[in-house]
Amino acid sequence: MAVMFTGTRHWKGASVWLLYIIGLTPGVWYFYLGATDSLGANPVKAFEQLLGLWTVRFLILTLAVSPARELFGLNFIRYRRALGLLCFYYALVHLSVYVVFDQPPILSVILADILKRPFIMLGMAAFLLLVPLAATSNAFSIRRLGKNWLRLHRLIYAATVCGGIHFALSTKVLSGEQYFYLALIVLMLGYRLLRPILKRRRRASNSAQRYQSRTNSALGN
Amino acid sequence: MSIYHPPRIPASEITPRGIYLKRRDFLAAVAMSGLSILAPDQADAAPLSAKKSGYTVSEKPTPHDDVTAYNNFYEFGTSKSDPMSYSGDFKPRPWAIKVDGMVANPRTFDIDQIMQEYPAEERVYRMRCVEGWSMVIPWQGFPLSALLDKVEPLGSAKYVIFETVVRPEQMPGQNGLFQPLPWPYIEGLRLDEARNPLTILAVGLYGETLPNQNGAPIRLVVPWKYGFKGCKSIVRISLTDTQPKNTWNIVAPSEYGFFANVNPEVDHPRWSQATERRIGTGGFFSSDRRPTLMFNGYAEDVASLYAGMDLRKNF
Repeated sequence: MAVMFTGTRHWKGASVWLLYIIGLTPGVWYFYLGATDSLGANPVKAFEQLLGLWTVRFLILTLAVSPARELFGLNFIRYRRALGLLCFYYALVHLSVYVVFDQPPILSVILADILKRPFIMLGMAAFLLLVPLAATSNAFSIRRLGKNWLRLHRLIYAATVCGGIHFALSTKVLSGEQYFYLALIVLMLGYRLLRPILKRRRRASNSAQRYQSRTNSALGN
Repeated sequence: MSIYHPPRIPASEITPRGIYLKRRDFLAAVAMSGLSILAPDQADAAPLSAKKSGYTVSEKPTPHDDVTAYNNFYEFGTSKSDPMSYSGDFKPRPWAIKVDGMVANPRTFDIDQIMQEYPAEERVYRMRCVEGWSMVIPWQGFPLSALLDKVEPLGSAKYVIFETVVRPEQMPGQNGLFQPLPWPYIEGLRLDEARNPLTILAVGLYGETLPNQNGAPIRLVVPWKYGFKGCKSIVRISLTDTQPKNTWNIVAPSEYGFFANVNPEVDHPRWSQATERRIGTGGFFSSDRRPTLMFNGYAEDVASLYAGMDLRKNF
């Protein structure tokens, strides 16, 4: 059974806004540091990498919502849209910093860089895959698209694969921190692969009374 | 999380301010008399005398605090700030450098002996990292060829191998679960590259002995090659007749070659080498990205070393 947060409706709504504020704080803080020349010797690169890291963090948190509920009964579904959008915002600013500050402001140079390098292409692909998800992350789209909304939002897995490889290729060698986040990504994707098997097993062993809760959790994804 | 331990300096070793402030006069006097002032037992960042040399660039040197805070020295960790944060326990004294292999006169040098035997001169060089950033650094050092002359390479010697120290107890990057590279860090040069007058062994920067994070007490500087060729904290120099495998070439042969000459036309597989960001030019809005020069601007001095070679293949 899912654990429900107690409290007023107001708090529930406000907590989502609080998440946006907390979630955007690191980006604003790093921008302030960079703009005031306190982000080290190579501020553009540092800002770009920190934004990328927060993109990965919010991506993992977004992907963790379903396993948290299905395996541990923790229900954070209310926050999933905010987590996903935070991931998108960080990816958007990360990409913008690359285009505006990191590259010479010559479109042909940027295009050549994208087309020649799988590293850049994968990052770009991951971002493009997130765009339709961000664009349809509203109640209207969910109603309008119906079952297709779920199908469309499975693009998150493709974005995770592209983004994860991009993240792994971003340094000369993998650091301990990178291993940690890549392991989480593998876990999140691995769970999705195992989920049908787990469900089949549960279906076989469970009584009909559990049917109801299983349908509910399946619908939430 | 490890904690930075600043070096403990006994009060007896602290130079009185009056004398400290007069150091320039002192250095000038010493330089003129041709004497060396190097005391055998010096603390971190001791002042270093160096005569001027013709090797300088017109560009503004990168601020001292950036040169010593933004480093790749994976023995101390993979993040740019790790070398400064985690090199406090490293002991660059006493220090011995073994020079052996295909030489008539193999020798083990003591670092203080080297600094007395080979007076430092100032070389202001561009430094271009393979990652796409660059600095201008005032090094103090001496030509590697002077040291090679001393040990008399055999006629059969064709390459020089350099080896960095392995000290897991003082170098946190050589400890733990995720070690980025195989140790010791190995670099190599062709003998003619090693003998080029531009190639130096640096013992100081900005007029002081090398800080730990920059490769104390002695490191290689080859200004027309990517920075990773500059082997740090060297304990061994060896001459050989076969092209050695350098560390980055072992780790990622498709990305890093043996020569690693700065070349804007040969890209790294993951990023372009056409331009570079000059470090220390301020925040986001004054970021200085400039075109990378062939052989890092030293083509006149070194292009002839590679006449007839395909630089795309020999990257």
